[in-house]
Amino acid sequence: MSNSLKLSVPEGVPFIEYEREFDFPVADVFRAHKEPDLIVQWLGPRGMKMDIDHYDFRTGGSYRYIHTGPDGVPYEFRGIFHTVRENEFALQTFEFGGYPDIVSLEFMTFEDLGNGRTRLRGHSVYPSQEARDGMAQSGMEGGMSEGYERLEELLAGARV
Amino acid sequence: MISDDVALDVAFLALADPVRRSIIARLSRGPATVNELAEPFEISKQAVSKHIQVLEQAQLVTRSRDAQRRPVHLNPARLEALTAWIDQYRLVREGQFRNLDAVLRTHAAGSGSQSSKES
Repeated sequence: MSNSLKLSVPEGVPFIEYEREFDFPVADVFRAHKEPDLIVQWLGPRGMKMDIDHYDFRTGGSYRYIHTGPDGVPYEFRGIFHTVRENEFALQTFEFGGYPDIVSLEFMTFEDLGNGRTRLRGHSVYPSQEARDGMAQSGMEGGMSEGYERLEELLAGARV
Repeated sequence: MISDDVALDVAFLALADPVRRSIIARLSRGPATVNELAEPFEISKQAVSKHIQVLEQAQLVTRSRDAQRRPVHLNPARLEALTAWIDQYRLVREGQFRNLDAVLRTHAAGSGSQSSKES
């Protein structure tokens, strides 16, 4: 697929940046971020079960959800939606329960590319360089289970 | 998490050896016996067996029983775990966005009928 993810973890600044296009209108991409019953189907690495405590994607709203890995270990995430502008922009805080008090700011821009296509851009700011790099480690389990899954698909010849 | 770290350490250490890397490369083409694996090397079969043991402890290979033969198999999942570790940020995000593609595909079918209702 041509919609590959561009992700950068630049040296010397506590940021993570990404960019990804979708062959769907901006309203659809936004809606998939807004509605809990849709978000539960895609957010987080595959192989994780997502349970939403609450998820209120609007300015001043908040969220809390729990991802559970195949090993049964729960990972809790929570934060506040600081600003949400329909089909355009969202800014939220993000905290992983495993690293309490390390809160990042997640900027998300939904860009209408026309022809029913959308570009999603993300910019994450961590309180420190250490925190950003620590985040990488917390993503490890997810990355690993995802890896196994990709492998299974590869072996089954059923790769998307 | 610690046990994952240890497993990664062991696996990366196991791969920090050219003989063991060529064994992995050979096994990626299919299972092989110790004798077959030892062929390209000038070192003793015992030495090759030791290398295989290291790979086995690192879970990079497994050995099965097949009558008299005990072929060595690659454990690609463990290898994949190593690349996943290297690639972790991208993997998690990209996996997530591929899920999002799938959700959008399903949802697009539903929203088609919805938008025709609206118009």
